[in-house]
Amino acid sequence: MNNFLAALTLGAGYNSALVAIGATCLGVAAGVGGTFLFLRKRALVSDAVAHSTLPGVGLAFIIMVMLGGEGRSLAGLLLGSAASAFVGLLAVSWITERTRLAEDAAIGAVLSVFFGVGVVLLTVIQTMSSGRQAGLESFLLGSTAGMLFSDAVVIAVGGAATALATVLMRRPMTIVAFDPDYARSIGIDVPRIDLLMMALVMAVTVIGLKIVGLILIVAMLIIPPVAARFWTDRSSNVIWIAGLIGGSSGFVGSAISASAPALPTGPIVVLVCAAIFFVSLLAAPDRGVLAAVLRHRAFQRRVHRRQGLLALSRGEPIHDVMTLRVLSGEGLIRADGVATETGRSAAARAARDERRWDVARSLYQDTSLPGRYDGLTAIDTVLTRDEIAAIDREIGGPAALDIKGAS
Amino acid sequence: MAKTMPRVQLAAAGGEAVREDLSASPLAVRGLTVSYGNKPAVFSIDATFRAEAMTAIIGPNGAGKSTLLKAALGIVPRLSGRVTVFGEALDKARGRIAYVPQRASVDWDFPTRVVDVVIMGMQRELGLLRLVRPAHRKRAFECLERVGMVDFADRQIGQLSGGQQQRVFLARALAQNADIYLLDEPFAGVDAATEKAIIDVLKALKADGRSVVCVHHDLATVADYFDDAFFINVRKIAEGRIASIFNAETLQATYGGRLASTHIDQLRLA
Repeated sequence: MNNFLAALTLGAGYNSALVAIGATCLGVAAGVGGTFLFLRKRALVSDAVAHSTLPGVGLAFIIMVMLGGEGRSLAGLLLGSAASAFVGLLAVSWITERTRLAEDAAIGAVLSVFFGVGVVLLTVIQTMSSGRQAGLESFLLGSTAGMLFSDAVVIAVGGAATALATVLMRRPMTIVAFDPDYARSIGIDVPRIDLLMMALVMAVTVIGLKIVGLILIVAMLIIPPVAARFWTDRSSNVIWIAGLIGGSSGFVGSAISASAPALPTGPIVVLVCAAIFFVSLLAAPDRGVLAAVLRHRAFQRRVHRRQGLLALSRGEPIHDVMTLRVLSGEGLIRADGVATETGRSAAARAARDERRWDVARSLYQDTSLPGRYDGLTAIDTVLTRDEIAAIDREIGGPAALDIKGAS
Repeated sequence: MAKTMPRVQLAAAGGEAVREDLSASPLAVRGLTVSYGNKPAVFSIDATFRAEAMTAIIGPNGAGKSTLLKAALGIVPRLSGRVTVFGEALDKARGRIAYVPQRASVDWDFPTRVVDVVIMGMQRELGLLRLVRPAHRKRAFECLERVGMVDFADRQIGQLSGGQQQRVFLARALAQNADIYLLDEPFAGVDAATEKAIIDVLKALKADGRSVVCVHHDLATVADYFDDAFFINVRKIAEGRIASIFNAETLQATYGGRLASTHIDQLRLA
């Protein structure tokens, strides 16, 4: 626990501090950059892009060794991974546009072929230069053990640039994500915006290889915006909430992994992010599961209450168990099912409301009013007192109805 | 050789004719063909929409009505043909043209509010860097006011009814302050109050010197709402004033035998 607190305050050693800063920057960039991927409903394309980086890593290593270098230069490897990710992206969009295959099939094909090629290359490298084993497998799941200051700088600068570009392009990207046809009609180059969006994703993937690795980077792109969506109904808020969620997962995750000797950073960061997602899924005020359940329960009670009251007003027997429970719970009926005094007057009010709606629907046929009837909305929340008075004159006065309802 | 000369000249004369003066028309297409796969959705369409008029595009399902609009706006690629807006190429005149898509074409659970959708209509003037100022917001509210939706400005769009969604889309187009408005089935599946609100806005636009083109499916209201009609069934069937072409003959030619004669009898025809 003390280790964890030390890590949280960047006091757990030089390497841990570097990792924490790197993971936080990466998390922010991934959350922000992934927002439009999620809004455009193209989350899985990023999976194909991420897996397509592997052959590039292998090829870049081989080329650098052949040129006489050491082969481990991070910048060189990232450049290679970006190039092959771009080829993978082009392959997905070419298959989708030019063949009859849908995008999901294209993603599956590209992802597995590129990943397969990458694994073969890594195996070749292992036999080729066993002496200078490059540890390229660490790009699969990330490895922060030997992180250098320059690595952290690459991640911080790259992450900041990605986030800035996203914020700058947020409006056209929002319009394209919401209504691509309309975007075209006002002269936005939709394919170019889509390409830019994928370029941002590629940038996040490449700078995330070191910490999170190519297999799990998708989680960092997708989970933060999905979780952020639970807390807001505005796309501009989704962007920064996603950045916040991504950044704090990076920070907390790296602190947890620094607090114990054998905890891998990337997977822990992703798990922290997933934990935030689950909390959002359950507890978010409007869109969360709990809120939805409570809302549905309340709605169900209102339906049963109303149906029960109308049945009482017509003197019909009530058979539905839940209706009986709701009515007796509110003291509207006695245990033997007979209406109490309050029950009778509530039933009369419900019947009067129903009758008013009947009249209102025929009086206001040409307006949107008939569409607002749902059996639950009280008419005096929709119409003014004067309008209701007019309706009551049509009916013959509320008094007459009260008597009829109570009888 | 001598024999072929006149042919060449004829072709040149024909070439001149193609470059006719279309600057009076807010939207004109010539030789427009669009195909999905190898089947033309619209074939070799010539259309010249009239300025300061309301035109209905009429035709059966699958006749290419929506495709005609989308191709005219460059939303779907043209296989051939030319589009002019007041005689200019489409890309030069984007700012003068506003589009109202079918409301079913988007995901209404998208995280955005009504007023934000309307502000999307100002993207051309906002560009990338300018911030949304109170003046833009005020204009967005004015557009919402015109379609009777100002009370819903802060609502999430997922909470709207179909008719309300349609009005928000219209408000977004109004925010563009365009000269020609292209609407795809604006009256489809909306309540009577919305239909009236929309038609009032469109008539006000016309009175203000703007032009309106609607894909329209309800033959019963054509004569009440529109000045001109464009009949299409993959090919152009007819275009012109309602008074001269909205008749049983054109309808039969457009719909084939699919339109019962009793139905035609009930319409207010020219």
